[in-house]
Amino acid sequence: MILGKVQVPASVKAGEPFEVRVLIQHPMETGFRRDLEGRAIPVHIVDKVWCTLAGKEVFRAEFGTGMSANPYVAFFATASEGGELVVQWSDDRGDEGRASALVDVSPA
Amino acid sequence: MRIVAAIGAFAALHCAAGSEPPLPSPLKGGIEFQGAEIRAMQADAFGNPAMLWVDRGAQLWKLPRGARNLSCASCHGADGASMKGVSVRYPGYVASLGGAVDLEQRINACVTANQGAPALAWESQELLSLSAFVSSRSRGLAIVPDPSREMDAAYARGRAIYFQRQGQLNLACTNCHDASWGKRLLSEPISQGHPADWPAYRLEWQALGSLERRLRACYLGVRAEMPAYGSPDLVALEVYLARRAQGLVSSAPGVRR
Amino acid sequence: MRRRTFFARIAALAAAASSAVRAQGRFQPPQDIAPLVNEITHGAVPEKKDVEVELPLLVENGNTVPLRVRVASPMTEADHVKAIHVFAERNPRPRVASFHLGPACGRAEVSARIRLAGSQQVTVLAELSGGRFRIGPRDVLVTSGACLDDASL
Repeated sequence: MILGKVQVPASVKAGEPFEVRVLIQHPMETGFRRDLEGRAIPVHIVDKVWCTLAGKEVFRAEFGTGMSANPYVAFFATASEGGELVVQWSDDRGDEGRASALVDVSPA
Repeated sequence: MRIVAAIGAFAALHCAAGSEPPLPSPLKGGIEFQGAEIRAMQADAFGNPAMLWVDRGAQLWKLPRGARNLSCASCHGADGASMKGVSVRYPGYVASLGGAVDLEQRINACVTANQGAPALAWESQELLSLSAFVSSRSRGLAIVPDPSREMDAAYARGRAIYFQRQGQLNLACTNCHDASWGKRLLSEPISQGHPADWPAYRLEWQALGSLERRLRACYLGVRAEMPAYGSPDLVALEVYLARRAQGLVSSAPGVRR
Repeated sequence: MRRRTFFARIAALAAAASSAVRAQGRFQPPQDIAPLVNEITHGAVPEKKDVEVELPLLVENGNTVPLRVRVASPMTEADHVKAIHVFAERNPRPRVASFHLGPACGRAEVSARIRLAGSQQVTVLAELSGGRFRIGPRDVLVTSGACLDDASL
């Protein structure tokens, strides 16, 4: 399980874009680093992140080794009614993680 | 007049050698020597990467461990509120451990003696997560050095190390962190060398690390042989640094370049 | 004749060695990212407008560089940003990340923390609905580069 978390505002207005913030704990090994014996440390990165709101995809990303360790990404979403926002991620070894938040919509 | 001034200066020098060394003034935490982006990152309650270790620590806190199958929470409470004020008092004297210990050693003492589990490895994710979690409970509190007499020997040793020139570069901690704080080394501002925001996420390591790891990196920086993790010298240095940083407010876990 | 061959051989060896070194991941001279951009645009020429790339002017540590991209767009079904692609021309692997958006986003704005191997130009390509493309470059000074540092102690 890859640890991570997601943040949405406490409450959002219907139809108004709100920022979704995601932070994932992962070394994001580039494959260029060497250990103390001089051996290359193998590539190991989170390469896919996707987000759904009330079951519909709102965002998707592909990461390369150029994304920082403990990757951070933020994007915008809109909601017409309250629902569960789910962010999931997977790495190049098949390990996965997810985090979710409840989006509370106040009337516009 | 000149002779009087010279004698005065001579006397002042010798008096200083016998009493406490002058502290940097004003006392400034390491965050003040970081760039705007790092300061923003440390202040960001969600986006501070060190918080990932705090979150993991909060989970590990509730995990039963060892032969006694006890979690930290079973003695110390589920939310770690009882840890408020603890990390800022470390390194501290623990009689049962026979001397001064730092926070990571204290955590491991609990893990082995009270939980009956094998000690967590230095710089392991588990130990760092617990250390980050415990330290975060003291955020906003001032460093309170352990005043017990039993700490005096460690303090004296730490102070001696701090003022001792070492390594191929033949530098003592004081040469940079007292005489040159605020000046630039390799285009980066030199800090006053305080321990208040540690453990910290270091961009260079791309991970959270302990104060001991940071001190070892300083030894490497002057091309001196690094003391082993848990060595009495590193703890002694931490004891001196804690007293030197007395009153500085902790923002642990911090973010550094 | 022999001497010339000798020096030619040395030169060839040096060239081979340097290209082998490059394959291991080095701060590259600026690479031509046009072919990478073309993989996405398939020949369409991106317009240099509407893409705002926010990066620090001076970066303390190339391991974690905060990036914010804003693309001007109404984000409607008819007119929206489909994807944002980030390129770093001097990184060992110039394609940094791709972010896929849609009308449900409401705003074409993405933030991330990226690695930069050294001072260079970062290029952001926006893929819009209707086969349109926008592009925006941004120069960054990096004092301590990523990707190459073996700091683990």
